[in-house]
Amino acid sequence: MTLRADLAIIASWIKPGASVLDLGCGDGTLLKYLREHQQVNGYGLEISERNLEICLHERVNVIQTDLNNGLNDYFADNSFDYVVMSQTLQATAHPDLLIEEMLRVGSEGIVTFPNMAHWRGRAQLGLGGYMPVTKSLPNQWYNTPNVHLCTVRDFEQLCHDRGIHILQRTVVDHTHSHSTLLMRLFPNLFGEIAIYRFCRKTGH
Amino acid sequence: MPETLSPDSVGIVIPQTQHFAEPLLLECGKTLEHYDIAYETYGELNAARNNAVLICHALSGDQHAAGYHTMEDKKPGWWDSAIGPGKPIDTRHFFVISLNNLGGCKGSTGPNTKKPGSDKYWGPDFPIITVRDWVNSQQRLMTSLGIDSWCAIIGGSLGGMQVMQWSIEYPALVKHALVIAAAPKLSAQNIAFNEVARQAIQSDPDFHDGHYLEHHSIPRRGLMLARMLGHITYLSDNAMRDKFGRELREGKLSFGFDVDFQVESYLRYQGRSFVERFDANTYLLMTKALDYFDPAREFNDNLVTALERASARFMVMSFTSDWRFSPERSREIVKALLAARKQVSYVEIESEQGHDAFLIPSPHYMKVFGSYMQGIVERL
Repeated sequence: MTLRADLAIIASWIKPGASVLDLGCGDGTLLKYLREHQQVNGYGLEISERNLEICLHERVNVIQTDLNNGLNDYFADNSFDYVVMSQTLQATAHPDLLIEEMLRVGSEGIVTFPNMAHWRGRAQLGLGGYMPVTKSLPNQWYNTPNVHLCTVRDFEQLCHDRGIHILQRTVVDHTHSHSTLLMRLFPNLFGEIAIYRFCRKTGH
Repeated sequence: MPETLSPDSVGIVIPQTQHFAEPLLLECGKTLEHYDIAYETYGELNAARNNAVLICHALSGDQHAAGYHTMEDKKPGWWDSAIGPGKPIDTRHFFVISLNNLGGCKGSTGPNTKKPGSDKYWGPDFPIITVRDWVNSQQRLMTSLGIDSWCAIIGGSLGGMQVMQWSIEYPALVKHALVIAAAPKLSAQNIAFNEVARQAIQSDPDFHDGHYLEHHSIPRRGLMLARMLGHITYLSDNAMRDKFGRELREGKLSFGFDVDFQVESYLRYQGRSFVERFDANTYLLMTKALDYFDPAREFNDNLVTALERASARFMVMSFTSDWRFSPERSREIVKALLAARKQVSYVEIESEQGHDAFLIPSPHYMKVFGSYMQGIVERL
């Protein structure tokens, strides 16, 4: 079973036997992988009917909920080792509140999002004058679900402002699971997808 | 009446009855010395004997969940939409057992059957029966049929409550618990509706304190009223509007108290036809079982503690327009299961049909239900 590049990195960051909550778990691929390979007990939250059907068929625990209503009081404080949100943050109504929620119910948060400041996007907007349409951002401006796009810098600024400590960061593109040297040196320019692991700063 | 049987029907089924001679101690303290349970089965028990599914019925349900008794039947069993070859509860893979609960009126020991060793009907003397009593009797039926454990127990409404009780009472015997359009206990409003229904029945002059069978009468008006009231709570405001609007039956107002609106005609029809097929004392018993259901009570009113005993995987479903057992009530169950760290999935089906939606095969509902069941089949 080959995982999408960003999911493979997330999986490698999660300790075996951990408890995981996956916000916007899609078809349950990550949770299924974690269950089968890392003995992870997990739950997913999802809204799409088709994805719910796939999760149920694959025996992935899935709770139908709209993340725009927060976590709906489903979970107590500190009830998970990790709360994951892959490629979902940018499509939520209140990303900042959701990140706070992640750190309320989980010890650590892991997010992945398309980096708006990737050079292709910059070129399309800066030179072409169009809203970027790339492999990681395939939609036109009028039909995109991504209402809160951000860049690597934006995200790190938010973490700084909210007292969130970044534990790990990596950027990848769609084809490679490993970062190139350029990506490591200039993540905000060459990283197509950013992946972060973070926790609450002590004292906050 | 089916001219020919559809390939996704379980076909003609033969109701069966199992007699139990071992006394059953009930929660109320009384004992049923011996009793009968009427049931039907669909599909075949496999060689590994791990494909048995129990169906728990709701307030007015019975053992006839799927198929037809004769080719002359007007309607199939009450959950024919979900049970059959290729349906969510796929009888090509599962051995399905559906029974009439004790206190029922369709062949199992209940108020309309005779007391043991007597010519008299049980009538109002039939002991108050609880969800837990049903679960205990269902467990005996399970054993008598040579089944060691259930691969799934499935029920809607009051049926869903039996599923929850099973998972707490006999954790080792339930692998999958499907709780549909249910609640962890009734609200005051739910109990109030039940009380009005009971009052309607009990205040009917033909009720004779429950001894109506001996008086060769039936509390028709009371039972009809109870059913009419129930029916209103099973439908959503929108569903009623869509179905009837304010349509007039005769096209004009009558300026009298006869039926003017279609909805009145419908309710009267539903009430009348119910009287023909249901027993008033059973209706009283079923509503009491609903009122009393509260598995958390003996765990300091903590549903999480109650559910901690369970080891089944849970699948909880609710319907958006259901106000009898609203999605909020199902979420209470889900939250408790999550807090107890149980394997649980939850789906809230968009529906305009109210509480009745759990019996209606809407596409997404059937897909979700079927996907979960298919996941079980592939791991049998």
